[in-house]
Amino acid sequence: MKRREFVQYAGLGAGALMVPSLMLGNNISAEALLAPGMDVAVKKRLADVALNTAKSLGSSYADARIGRYLNQYVFTREDKVQNVVNTESFGIGIRVITNGTWGFASTNDVSENGIKKATEQAVAIAKANSKIQKVPVKLAPVESYGEVSWKTPIKKNFKDVPVSEKVDLLLSANAAAMKNGANYVNSALFMVNEQKYFASTEGSYIDQDVHRIWPTFGVTCIDRGTGKFKSRQALSAPMGMGYEYMDGLDSEKLDGPAGIKLYRNSYDMVEDAALGAQQAKERLTAKSVEAGKYDLVLEPNHLGLTIHESVGHPLELDRVLGYEANYAGTSFATLDKWESKDFKYGSDIVNLVADKTQVGSLGAVGYDDEGVKTKKWDLVRNGVLKNYQAIRDQVHMIGQNESHGCCYSQSWNDVQFQRMPNVSLEAGKEKYSVADMIKDVEKGIYIAGRGSYSIDQQRYNFQFGGTVFYEIKDGKIVGMLDDVAYQSNTQEFWNSCTKICDESDYRMFGSFFDGKGQPSQVSAVSHGSSTTRFNGVNVINTGRTI
Amino acid sequence: MAIYTKEEARKIMEKALSFSKADACEVNLNGSESGNIRYARNTVSTAGHRSNQTLVVQSNFGKKSGTATIDEFDDVSLEKVVRRAEELAKLSPENPEFMEPLGPQSYDESITFSEATANITPEYRAKVANSSIEPAAAKDVTAAGFLNDSAGFSAMMNSKGLFAYNKSTSANFTVTMRTNDGTGSGWVTRDYNDISKFDAAEASKIAIDKALMSKEAKAIEPGKYTVILEPAASIGLLGNMFGAFNARTADEGRSFMSKEGGGTKLGEKIVDERIQLWSDPLNSEVPTGTWNGSGQPLKKMKWIENGVVKNLSYSRYWAKKKGVEAVPFPSNGIMAGGDASLEDLIKDTKKGILVTRLWYIRSVDPQTLLYTGLTRDGTFYIENGKLKHPVKNFRFNESPIIMLNNLETLGQQVRINGNLIPYMKVRDFTFTSLSDAV
Repeated sequence: MKRREFVQYAGLGAGALMVPSLMLGNNISAEALLAPGMDVAVKKRLADVALNTAKSLGSSYADARIGRYLNQYVFTREDKVQNVVNTESFGIGIRVITNGTWGFASTNDVSENGIKKATEQAVAIAKANSKIQKVPVKLAPVESYGEVSWKTPIKKNFKDVPVSEKVDLLLSANAAAMKNGANYVNSALFMVNEQKYFASTEGSYIDQDVHRIWPTFGVTCIDRGTGKFKSRQALSAPMGMGYEYMDGLDSEKLDGPAGIKLYRNSYDMVEDAALGAQQAKERLTAKSVEAGKYDLVLEPNHLGLTIHESVGHPLELDRVLGYEANYAGTSFATLDKWESKDFKYGSDIVNLVADKTQVGSLGAVGYDDEGVKTKKWDLVRNGVLKNYQAIRDQVHMIGQNESHGCCYSQSWNDVQFQRMPNVSLEAGKEKYSVADMIKDVEKGIYIAGRGSYSIDQQRYNFQFGGTVFYEIKDGKIVGMLDDVAYQSNTQEFWNSCTKICDESDYRMFGSFFDGKGQPSQVSAVSHGSSTTRFNGVNVINTGRTI
Repeated sequence: MAIYTKEEARKIMEKALSFSKADACEVNLNGSESGNIRYARNTVSTAGHRSNQTLVVQSNFGKKSGTATIDEFDDVSLEKVVRRAEELAKLSPENPEFMEPLGPQSYDESITFSEATANITPEYRAKVANSSIEPAAAKDVTAAGFLNDSAGFSAMMNSKGLFAYNKSTSANFTVTMRTNDGTGSGWVTRDYNDISKFDAAEASKIAIDKALMSKEAKAIEPGKYTVILEPAASIGLLGNMFGAFNARTADEGRSFMSKEGGGTKLGEKIVDERIQLWSDPLNSEVPTGTWNGSGQPLKKMKWIENGVVKNLSYSRYWAKKKGVEAVPFPSNGIMAGGDASLEDLIKDTKKGILVTRLWYIRSVDPQTLLYTGLTRDGTFYIENGKLKHPVKNFRFNESPIIMLNNLETLGQQVRINGNLIPYMKVRDFTFTSLSDAV
C-alpha cells in the first residue's frame, strides 16, 4: 500500500513510477542543495576513526562510507505544480569482517563518538553471526589506491538551475501535450547527487561526486463515448548526466519510423510531450494486433528493459548461487552452463558487455562501493556465455581473483552488495540503418519505449509490452497497432536475434529504481543497444472485453 | 528508546506547534525499532537492526505549504524545524489542491500493539532461521528466508486541535525451500501483529513439503483451467483491483471504474454476487491503525456488497470538489469466505490446478485491469479430488474482475499481508504459456 500512496502523490498513475520513501531524506531548500559538503580531510579523519576502531576490536577488514545524498524532485500535472521536493540525507555506514563474518551498522551521528559506537555495533553483529556462519568470508585482493577522486562529467549542475526554470519546462511540456489532444498529463523531473566518500583498511580513500537525472511524463487520451482511454509514456531515458540532458539538441535527435522522434544524449521534453499526446490519441483507434508469430524490430528505449530482465538479472552471481532465492529468485544461467564454455545464450552476433565506466550511463562511477576501480567486461561474446557479475567476496566462487567492481548501496544507511552494472548489447559492425532493417522485414512489428514487463524467477519466460507499436508489412510501416505483448524464453529469444543496427543508432535506456535484496534497495542502471531484429517471436493480443 | 507514549509524544508536538507562525501547522511524530534476519544457502547471510524517530512539520500560508523533518527534539531543534517548514512554504508555488488541516476528530482505540512482537530479540530471530535451516538440511533441501519485525508509534497534531496517536507492531516472515537437485521449490509466508501466534517450524514444514512435492513437474498445455488459488496467490490481483477504487481517476475517465459515456461504476455489479469486500481497522485478525495520514478516522467500510461497488475512495480535495463526503483509502481488505478448507476444495475438484502463489504481477491494460505474471513455488494438477502431480509453472494473463466473475467456491479466510482473504476456486483462469522456472 505504501507504494500506491506514493504513486498517487506523484500523480503519474499506477505502475508508472516507484519511489521508495527512504530516498527522500530530510527536506531542505533548493539553495541548501548548493551548500558544500564536509571537507575531504575531515571525512578522512572520521573514516579513520571507524577503521581504527574496527581493527582494535579484532576485525580483519573494515570499510566506511560517508555519504551525502541530495535529491530534487519536481512533480506537475496539466497546469499545476503538485510538489517540489529537495532532500538531504547524511550519515556513515561501517562494514567489518570479524571472525570471518560480515557485520554492518550505520548512523547519522557523524561524530567521532557516534562512529565509534556504530563500529562497535557492526563488530558485535559480526561476532554474533559468526557462531552460525559456515564458511568464512574470503575477499579478492584489491589495489590500494591512496587518496583519489572521481566525478560524473556533467556540463550543467542541476543545483545551479533555478527551480522556476524546471517548473516552466515541465509546464511547457504539459501545455504541448494538452494542445495536441491530451486529456491529462503528469510530468516529473528527478535529479540526484550522491556525494560518497569511501575508505577501507586496504588503504584507499575515495571521494566521488555522482549525478543522475530523469525527466518523464505520462499523457492520457480519453474517448468518453466508448469509455476507452490510452496513455503514452515519455521516450526519455534516465541518464548519468547533468541538467544539460534537458537541452533538446537537434544533433542528438533521431528520426524513427512513422514520424516518431528518438533521443540520444539530449532530450526535447516539449517535443516528445506533443508527439506523445498525438500518439496516445492515435492508439484509441489503432488496429488491435492479430496474435501470432512476428519478426520484432526493437528500438533501444524498448530493448533496454528486455536486456535488463533477461540478461542483467540472470547473470548476477548472487542470484545464480541462491542468495536471492527467497525474493528476486535464482537463475537459469547456472554454473555448469558457464563452465561448459559453449552455452549459447544468443546467436553468433550477440555480444553483451557489462560496463561500469560508460560515459553518460547511470551505473558509471570511478570506483564501486567497496573501493574497486570500475571496468568493462564480457558477459556474452559471439553468443556464448562468458562471465557473471561478481564482487570481492564472490569472485573466488567462480575461480576468479579480481572483483568486477559492481558493489553498490543505495545510501550510507544500507549495506552494500552486488548490483547490476550497465549491461549493453554491442552495435552491429556493418553499416545498417533502422530503415534498412524495416525494409528487410516481411511481417513484423516495430516497438519503441518501455511498457508492461514480467519475467519468471529463473528468468526463462518473459512477457513485454511497449510504448508504441507499428505494423511492418513487406518492408514498410503500414500503421499503428495496439494490444501488443510478446512472450518468449530468454535463450530462444536471444538465439532468434538476426540483425543489429550499427553504432549510429546506439542509445541508452535506463532504470532509475531497480529493486533487489531484503530489505529491498534500489539502484540505477543503463542498458545501451541499437535497434535489433528478432525473428518469429510469439505475439499475443492483450485486448479484453469485460 | 524510539517508542514514545501518548503523553511523551503529545508534549513534544505541543512544543513544536508553539513555535508556529504560519496560518496552520501540522506535525507528525513517528518512531520505530525494527530488526531482521536474512538467510540463504542454509546459513545466515545478513542481519540488522534499525531505530529511527522523525518529526515532520508541515506549515502553510494560504495554499502554499512547506515540509521539513528532524530527528532531534530539544527546544532549539523543534524551533529550527518549524522555521524551516515556514521558509519552504513561503518559497513554494501555490498548490490549488491544498486542503486546510482537519479539526479535532474522534478515533477508535486500535488493537495493533503486541508486547511479544515488541520484545523480539536477535536470539529469537536466529532461532526462527534455525527452525527453517535444520529441518531443510535434514531433507536435502536448501532454505532461504527473511524475518522482519518492528514496533513503533505514530502521532499527529495540528494547530486546529487535532491529535491522534497509535502504537503498533508487525512481523513478516517468508521462506523459500528448494530441493538440492534444483527440481522442486516451495514457499510460505506469515504475517502478524502478535508474533506469539507464529510457529516457524510449522510454516517451514509447509514450504519443505511443497518443495519435495513439486519435484519433477510435468508440463501440461497452457489454456483455461479451474484453479484453486491460495490467498497468497490471489492477493496480488485483488490488491491491484482495490487500487482502482479511486473516485478521481474514475471520474476523470481513466480507470476501470469509469463508465462508457461518462460517470463511474459506483452502484454497479462488477463481480459475482457472492463477493463481499470490506475494510475494518478493528478486525481482531488484521487490525490496523484507526486514522490515516490526513488525520481522517478509519472506520469499517463496505467496498463490494453482493458483487456491487458500494464505495470509491475520495481524497479530501476531490470530495470537496464533487460535494460529497471524503472516503479514506482503506488500511486493510477483508473478503468474505466460506467453510471449506483447502482440503475440501481439492476434494470437490474434478480437474484443476492448485496455485501456491503468483509472482511478478504487472499491469498489461488498465482499461480492463488485465495483469500478467507467473505461478511459483508449488503448482499442482488436481484430478478427481486429489493432487495428482506437480506441473510446470505457467504465465497468466488475467483480470481480477474476470476472475471474480468466474467464482466457483469461496473457502476459509487466511491472513495475508495484513488482509483477510479466502481460498478461492475459480473456473477458466487464463494461462497463456509455460515457464521452465523452478
